[in-house]
Amino acid sequence: MLDIQNLAKSYGKDGDGTAAIGDVTFSVAEGELVVVVGPSGCGKTTLLRTISGLLRPTSGSVTLRGRPVTEPPAEMAVVFQDYARSLMPWLTVADNVTLPLRNKGMSKADCRAAMEKALASVDLERFGDRYPWELSGGMQQRVAIARALAYEPQILLMDEPFASVDAQTRADLEDLVLEIREQYGMTIVLVTHDIDESVYLGDRVVVLTRRPSTVLESLTIDLPSPRDQIETKQLPAFAHLRAHVYRAIRNRPEPAAADLALTPAHEGRA
Amino acid sequence: MIARALRSRLGLILEVTVPLAIVAAWWIASAGSTSFFFPPLSEILDSFRETWLFSHVASDVVPSMLRLAAGFAIAIAIAVPLGVLLSQSKLLWRAAEPIVEFLRALPGPALIPLGIVLIGIGSGMKIALIAFGCLFPILLTTMDGVASIDPVLRDTVRVLRLSRRDRIMRVIVPAALPQIFAGLRTSLALGLIMVVISEMVASENGVGYFVLSAQRSFDLPAMWAGTLMIGLLGYALSGLLTLVERRLLRWHRASKASALSS
Repeated sequence: MLDIQNLAKSYGKDGDGTAAIGDVTFSVAEGELVVVVGPSGCGKTTLLRTISGLLRPTSGSVTLRGRPVTEPPAEMAVVFQDYARSLMPWLTVADNVTLPLRNKGMSKADCRAAMEKALASVDLERFGDRYPWELSGGMQQRVAIARALAYEPQILLMDEPFASVDAQTRADLEDLVLEIREQYGMTIVLVTHDIDESVYLGDRVVVLTRRPSTVLESLTIDLPSPRDQIETKQLPAFAHLRAHVYRAIRNRPEPAAADLALTPAHEGRA
Repeated sequence: MIARALRSRLGLILEVTVPLAIVAAWWIASAGSTSFFFPPLSEILDSFRETWLFSHVASDVVPSMLRLAAGFAIAIAIAVPLGVLLSQSKLLWRAAEPIVEFLRALPGPALIPLGIVLIGIGSGMKIALIAFGCLFPILLTTMDGVASIDPVLRDTVRVLRLSRRDRIMRVIVPAALPQIFAGLRTSLALGLIMVVISEMVASENGVGYFVLSAQRSFDLPAMWAGTLMIGLLGYALSGLLTLVERRLLRWHRASKASALSS
């Protein structure tokens, strides 16, 4: 569905300045949830902004269902890390969610129905007439997710969507992403620096190197579905995959098979 | 906590008592005054009551305020859309900048002679001059407000593919509104200056006309009363603008407060 071919992005004059993305190639299948993970400051946000058409790549291409992406496409939604800056504080929650629908040629009643459905799927149906700043951080990010869902995009990009909320809220929001994916059946690309999160959420994890970033590995996550914060994270397979990604990012060699079982599973988040 | 409550109560007391004390001091110091130029405050207040409660309200205050309202409204109606437009393209601004900077540097009163020649001495000339004087602070703060829109919000607007109308009316203008209000505040004060000056130069009514004609007919208490009235009008207008701002920018203060507390 989404193809990223030899993507490179440098800042500065004629692209000879700082290279943020070296050479990134991967593709995302219809309905797949791909998590892009990499060390802090590896150009993940730049990558996501380039994929979404907000930034022009220095070279390489992004194609969505065969069409090159040069501007954010109509069937794509993006959830940014900083919900406080991407929601409009002068609009109510309902108006924030309805805003992108107003340009879709829908009737007022259809707009309202889509808004209510989206708010219901993030459990905020009773908060439509509140303002974003009256809500907690996690709730604000759910509003941002509802706004992205309301126009039923085919593909949802998320840029470190849970980096600004506390750990408990983060776990809830991770599960919310899995739920809405079931409900709406959309393709999701999520960028994070959190290795646990990448393994927990992803059908596939794309591991990036430091900047200028390249793809180190594309790892299929064959954990059983539905995922569960306790059950899934208890699985030995989860610990193995997590350790594997961790080593790849830290650039450490794989240990011999016997050591593998001793890999600590509770290291702090990156 | 108690100290803070006491302090805030003290603040309120000072806010009320200091102006009252100054008025009282003026009253006492001027009580026996025989100076032609500084009549006793009691005489000024008598004159104030005679003129402004309310015989000259309809004949002078209302025309002045209508001119100010019309000029201010025209300035907003031109400056905000123009500010949004000039913010859309660097080249456009490069082309407009010398003209804007020149006109902004031109003091409004310098245009009164030209205004009289072109439009005449009626209200139209005054309204045009008031609008001119009010225009530039609003224009520049609008542009400043648009320029300082958060990059994440700009990205959001592009991703959501809003119509041009929604982009401007539901995102750009509201986001720039806190800065626009700073311009409105400056403009309102400039507008009152333009009202008074234009009425002093060429008019048959208005508060500026009243003060000058009182001075010319050697009615010094009336002149003082008129000056006092202009000051009170300015104070009331500024208070009114604050009320409107509080209402329209409630989200601004609330979202800043919530960002600080989280």
